[in-house]
Amino acid sequence: MPNMSPKKVQIPEQDPQIRRKNFDEVALGYTLEQAMEEATRCLQCKTKPCVDGCPVNVPIPEFIKAVEDGNIDEAYSIITKENALPAICGRVCPQESQCEGRCVRAKKGESVGIGRLERFVADYIMSKGNIEPKNIEKNGIKVAVVGAGPAGLTCAGELAKKGYEVTVFEALHELGGVLLYGIPEFRLPKSLVAKEVQSIIDMGVEINKNVIVGRSITVDELFEEGYKAIFVGSGAGLPKFMNLEGENLNGVYSANEFLTRVNLMKAYDFPNNPTPVKTGKRVAVVGGGNVAMDAARTAVRLGAEEVYIVYRRGEEELPARLEEIHHAKEEGVIFKLLNNPTKIIGDEKGWVTGMECVQMELGEPDDSGRRRPRVKENSEFILPVETVVIAIGQSPNPLIRQTTPGLSVESWGGIIVQEETMETSKEYVYAGGDAVTGAATVILAMGAGKTAAEAIHKKVLELQG
Amino acid sequence: MYKIVDKKQLNEAVELMVIKAPYVARKCEPGQFIILRADNNSERIPLTIADYNREEETVTIIYQVVGYSTKVLYEKQVGDSVVDFVGPLGKPTELKKHKKVLGIGGGVGAAPLYPQIRKLHEMGVEVDVILGGRSDEYIILEEEFKAVTKNLYFATNDGSKGKEGFVTDILNELIANGEEYDEVIAIGPLVMMKAVVGITKPLNIQTAVSLNPVMIDGTGMCGGCRVTVGNEIKFACVDGPDFDGLLVDFDECLRRQNMYKEEEHSCRIGLEGGQNNA
Ligand SMILES: Cc1cc2nc3c(=O)[nH]c(=O)nc-3n(C[C@H](O)[C@H](O)[C@H](O)COP(=O)(O)OP(=O)(O)OC[C@H]3O[C@@H](n4cnc5c(N)ncnc54)[C@H](O)[C@@H]3O)c2cc1C
Ligand SMILES: Cc1cc2nc3c(=O)[nH]c(=O)nc-3n(C[C@H](O)[C@H](O)[C@H](O)COP(=O)(O)OP(=O)(O)OC[C@H]3O[C@@H](n4cnc5c(N)ncnc54)[C@H](O)[C@@H]3O)c2cc1C
Ligand code: SF4
Ligand code: FES
Repeated sequence: MPNMSPKKVQIPEQDPQIRRKNFDEVALGYTLEQAMEEATRCLQCKTKPCVDGCPVNVPIPEFIKAVEDGNIDEAYSIITKENALPAICGRVCPQESQCEGRCVRAKKGESVGIGRLERFVADYIMSKGNIEPKNIEKNGIKVAVVGAGPAGLTCAGELAKKGYEVTVFEALHELGGVLLYGIPEFRLPKSLVAKEVQSIIDMGVEINKNVIVGRSITVDELFEEGYKAIFVGSGAGLPKFMNLEGENLNGVYSANEFLTRVNLMKAYDFPNNPTPVKTGKRVAVVGGGNVAMDAARTAVRLGAEEVYIVYRRGEEELPARLEEIHHAKEEGVIFKLLNNPTKIIGDEKGWVTGMECVQMELGEPDDSGRRRPRVKENSEFILPVETVVIAIGQSPNPLIRQTTPGLSVESWGGIIVQEETMETSKEYVYAGGDAVTGAATVILAMGAGKTAAEAIHKKVLELQG
Repeated sequence: MYKIVDKKQLNEAVELMVIKAPYVARKCEPGQFIILRADNNSERIPLTIADYNREEETVTIIYQVVGYSTKVLYEKQVGDSVVDFVGPLGKPTELKKHKKVLGIGGGVGAAPLYPQIRKLHEMGVEVDVILGGRSDEYIILEEEFKAVTKNLYFATNDGSKGKEGFVTDILNELIANGEEYDEVIAIGPLVMMKAVVGITKPLNIQTAVSLNPVMIDGTGMCGGCRVTVGNEIKFACVDGPDFDGLLVDFDECLRRQNMYKEEEHSCRIGLEGGQNNA
């Protein structure tokens, strides 16, 4: 008889007052007992609606059954057949709009805590440290992967499993893409990213850091070096600005710069680390997605006294994960909804002193289906802040399209692919993740990497005859 | 890891290093730069490619010891390695086949200027160069420049070499003497480039400058290196670092470059050397 409790087993979390002052992970994760108990809430539906909601088709009821039985090794091997980065996905996937959103239990009460269980399984196995690198026979066929984010790493791992000689080329000095330089430590510990990345390297993937494809070497030159196919997972790294007056004042950051300074260059540990970051007493973060929440919560931890989320639509429309909005509120982030910045104001030395905003109201739905915000007349006001972080989105970096003849792209920069194969307009060149979709999610990027790996395998086999 | 194959102290605060970096050496062109991390605890610092050798797969950098990370680099010896070395970054300089060009290099700015001047010389362009520095000691690459220039002028703050004063004093003199240049290429501290443009802009002499805002990734990802050029926002790491000097908002650049002044100071553990000087 399944456990019919309407609520998920609670996940222990750091107290908001304490975690405001540290970068340690907020959610502490289930114990084995808690996980086994939560697992008993699953109805083991034959129709598996949860799996339909999972972009990489993790066999959810099967792995949950294994957890219920206390067979965590089995659960791990079920998950990792489809998902190479379970500790990461368990933490950052927007479960409420994917697997958990479809869960039958969500109709009455809370869904099964699929994300929490996935995370538990991965953490449990990793803490035992017994992930055996499998011995895979190489087929001698070289494939290049551009970018060590979730899209690139997944594609590399899948191809390595099939025996390909895969080399990943990464521009930065660390692996993980946004998982590393974007998503903060308190939500996704870097040591964990490193471990999951290592498990992919252990499959026999070669890593070439500090190489920028398009600058250090071009896609065409990779072919000349004998790579038979190329997967481009270069992400969406180009920050958008708003073209506001005052946007270049000292104290205005793109979310990317702010988060990269803190995460990749460990500015939170300045001066023990030489890269600094400036946070004033009052910080305004413009935007309402995961990136904005991360920037706001980071600012809280860096010691800002007042941190605002300034978002031009309402609560309903906030695109961030529910859990992060909830966490941000608990940590004291102030939500200025239905507000839009119009100008950034500075002092005579060029430092930010405030942000002029207007209030908004919601009109008819627009193309995106969300109600279109419009300005309320005579509603200008000045929000006094010393730091402004612009977190309104990123578009794909132009470097690869500029240096790869024959690659078709959308007007906004996304690489155009055939959805079933992820092949681009250039034969043997595949692409996926944020480089194709614009800023999206980790799991979609992984799904794209997997699809591309399958397609590359098929195509290259054809080539071999 | 990227091996240091040679190093040479050019003066008290400036050092040349030759580093094995195949990807960069194979591809780089004058005007481009690299980003390196000396060790695992260092910042990512951008440095211009001063020279390269495609066969040996080496890249030469010339840098001034100004703060924490350049100090760490300075302490490395031949045979040691730097942990990260990425590039080539930025756009190569577009060198035009003018008749006559004037190069102006302030302090270590002479290093990035040199490959451009050499290339112009190879293209058959007549080039004059003004080098500036705090004193005689701070003038670098004199012999190298001599080989590729028609006239080589010097300006030092203390008059220990060439004219006592600034590179702009010589520029003014040359102009007063009726010298005509199709283009001026000025590379050095921002204040120097700003002063040069202050002279060339009213006379409408095409002037190229090389901007060096604070950078992190160098690939267009962070937006920290943004500069205003002709009322448009540009990212110096991907759209530059060379820009039309007549259009650059230097005051904004100066202001943004000083954003971390205090912090850098606290990081400069017992260090002599100070700012670039022209
Ligand atoms: C702050 C923040 C928070 C987020 N929170 C969430 C969340 O909670 N849940 C979620 O699902 N998603 C979240 N996302 C989105 C998610 O991280 C991305 O959708 C995902 O990382 C995209 O993966 P990717 O592999 O396509 O690209 P990326 O992760 O961007 O990786 C691309 C990699 O390619 C490298 N690269 C780029 N160009 C080149 C080149 N020319 N040569 C070599 N290497 C190159 C980059 O350095 C990078 O390492 C968040 C994003 C941000 C910025
Ligand atoms: C495209 C480009 C090319 C450059 N080429 C050369 C060169 O050929 N030779 C040379 O000596 N210097 C060059 N510089 C400047 C060099 O990067 C800085 O001197 C170096 O980063 C200082 O690091 P530090 O930690 O030792 O000093 P810090 O104490 O951190 O800083 C000292 C000074 O350098 C500036 N600075 C600090 N960090 C950066 C950064 N990441 N990017 C840019 N400026 C920074 C600061 O504004 C400050 O004025 C170049 C800069 C750029 C952007
Ligand atoms: S939908 Fe919910 S209850 Fe049904 S199998 Fe999936 S997780 Fe279990
Ligand atoms: S250095 Fe980050 S965008 Fe130029």
